[in-house]
Amino acid sequence: MIKFNLKLIVLSFLLLISLKPLQSAEMADPIKVDWSFKGLTGTFDRASLQRGFQVYKEVCASCHSMQYLSYRNLGEPGGPEFSEQEVKAIASSFEIEDGPDSQGEMFTRPGKPSDKFKSPYPNVQAATAANGGAYPPDMSVLVKARKGGANYIYSVLVGYEDPPPGVTLDDGVYYNKYMAGNKIKMPNNLMDGLVEYADGTESTVDQMAKDVTTFLAWAAEPELEQRHKTGVKVIIYLVLLTTLVYLSMKKIWSRVDTEV
Amino acid sequence: MSEQEYVPKSKAGKWFNDRLPLLTLGAHLTDYPTPKNLNYWWTFGGILTFCLITQIVTGIVLAMHYVAHADLAFASVEHIMRDVNYGWLIRYIHSNGASMFFLAVYIHIFRSLFYGSYKSPREVIWIIGLMIYLLMMAAAFMGYVLPWGQMSFWGATVITNLFSAIPLVGDSITTWLWGAYSVDNPTLNRFFSLHYLIPFLILGLVVLHIWALHVPGNNNPVGIDIKKPSKDTVPFHPYITIKDAFALLVFMIIFAGFVFFTPNVLGHSDNYIPANPLVTPAHIVPEWYLLPFYAILRSVPDKLGGVILMFSAIFILFVLPWLDTSKVRSAVFRPIYRQFFWILVIDVLMLGYVGAMPAEGIYLVLARVGTIYYFLHFIVVMPVVGYLEKTDPIPMSISEPVLNGGAEPSLARKANDKV
Repeated sequence: MIKFNLKLIVLSFLLLISLKPLQSAEMADPIKVDWSFKGLTGTFDRASLQRGFQVYKEVCASCHSMQYLSYRNLGEPGGPEFSEQEVKAIASSFEIEDGPDSQGEMFTRPGKPSDKFKSPYPNVQAATAANGGAYPPDMSVLVKARKGGANYIYSVLVGYEDPPPGVTLDDGVYYNKYMAGNKIKMPNNLMDGLVEYADGTESTVDQMAKDVTTFLAWAAEPELEQRHKTGVKVIIYLVLLTTLVYLSMKKIWSRVDTEV
Repeated sequence: MSEQEYVPKSKAGKWFNDRLPLLTLGAHLTDYPTPKNLNYWWTFGGILTFCLITQIVTGIVLAMHYVAHADLAFASVEHIMRDVNYGWLIRYIHSNGASMFFLAVYIHIFRSLFYGSYKSPREVIWIIGLMIYLLMMAAAFMGYVLPWGQMSFWGATVITNLFSAIPLVGDSITTWLWGAYSVDNPTLNRFFSLHYLIPFLILGLVVLHIWALHVPGNNNPVGIDIKKPSKDTVPFHPYITIKDAFALLVFMIIFAGFVFFTPNVLGHSDNYIPANPLVTPAHIVPEWYLLPFYAILRSVPDKLGGVILMFSAIFILFVLPWLDTSKVRSAVFRPIYRQFFWILVIDVLMLGYVGAMPAEGIYLVLARVGTIYYFLHFIVVMPVVGYLEKTDPIPMSISEPVLNGGAEPSLARKANDKV
């Protein structure tokens, strides 16, 4: 009886879910990429994170802030894992405003690993004004803030196309297959050979898009590797404990004439 | 209850127990005679206690690092996720814990519906349980507002705006709730304060819930009154404690699966966008556990009507013990009601599904059908089926399934096996 009804529930659910594709057809489903950080034991590709940081620094960072990250994060385990010297060098290449000093004046100094990533604009309004009225979103948690996550970000980066006939675009608006409404105010900034990768990898658009998306995925979830590792241990521990408790339960209940 | 008077063995124990009978209480809790045929649907009470304690403990730690200010809340959550030692773990346990809490409470409520645990003499347990459920919804809603993301802000706006549907004083009440002329910093502050308060109110009600349970004792899958203690019962410890522990561990494995491997799947991605009063998200949806009520709300074209219907959907449950006219508790012996029970389960699941979809076209139709059925179930089906239904023979006790009217004993055993 109960079994039959469960089937009924499952069936009616499948029926409902099959109705879903009817609702929206305007934006393409994101490309599915086989990311190394997917799955129960997924980890980040260290080299890809380092290249991704380079793309971020040389391309994205001129408009997008990443205000919740600190330079020290770049050297922490589970991330790009730059060496201590490299992190110091990266941090000190930025001029950070500090102060007030004992005279009450603000001053600038070279960045330290403990500083937060320097934002390209002083505030949201300035960023919006400088970008044709569209605020370039902070990228700290961008991957978590978009439906489709890393796949979506990657798809948008490689999804620029000429608009189909009949679609007219205003100045400063671009056509993108994967963007909601297909209109995006960010120009297509990636072109083959744009950055010169330190490790000699060929910087195709696809490669850069993958690398920077990997970097953004890490930025949004810097705990991912530790989370996966701890998770596997926790589940193994719980399964063992559950087995022991199950056996104890069977033993205890064997004194009673009832099954558990 | 026919329990023997408990006398502590040690002298100090006796001295203390004469002044505050805590040891007697402990003895009552361990010896508490429990029906031996409780199935795993009965383990969710213990699981829910675990959920509440988990939420309180993780919540207290989160509150040490969280800043309840419109300009700082979002950043403080990111601070917890990035800079606080194991902050990500504590926050993910807390956010997924809310979902697990509701998953468990829905199973707990539907178990009560199936086995008639809300019926006499357990009406007060049921009503206290519903009060806990209401407070849970309030706590969860306010908790969802605290990260101050887009869904936090707009969810708060939608829900608080419901009160403006009240005639004459609606707008004043809404302003009073906000502490401002829109959802703003004062709203966030009071929501944080209340979010911290409510779990302790729930804790108090849980004590009453268990106290009220210990007066008549547990219902059981067969739904009959049993003698306590007797061959039909086992002492709570170790029989029920070990069984609850086993079920809890299985539950924790699922819980850990969410926390460690898909910590954001139950949330909405828009809540990682900082709250922006100038940009409305395309679809404002509440958390999954509130979706059936959201569907009921949106199924009515009139705002006030929707609000009334939504609240009625919850408050009708308070009079359930008096709407159900059947003398038989367990649906195991109610062949007709049992069918309707499962239809109700499907109906609520469907309402939850359409609650997540845009309120248009087929979804609106489904929401309306689902809403009408939901109320029909309680107002018409329950009283009428209770009168008309010919129930199956009921065993006299759990151990010896002897039948009313002396029919075949094998039938009762079959019924018992099904349980």
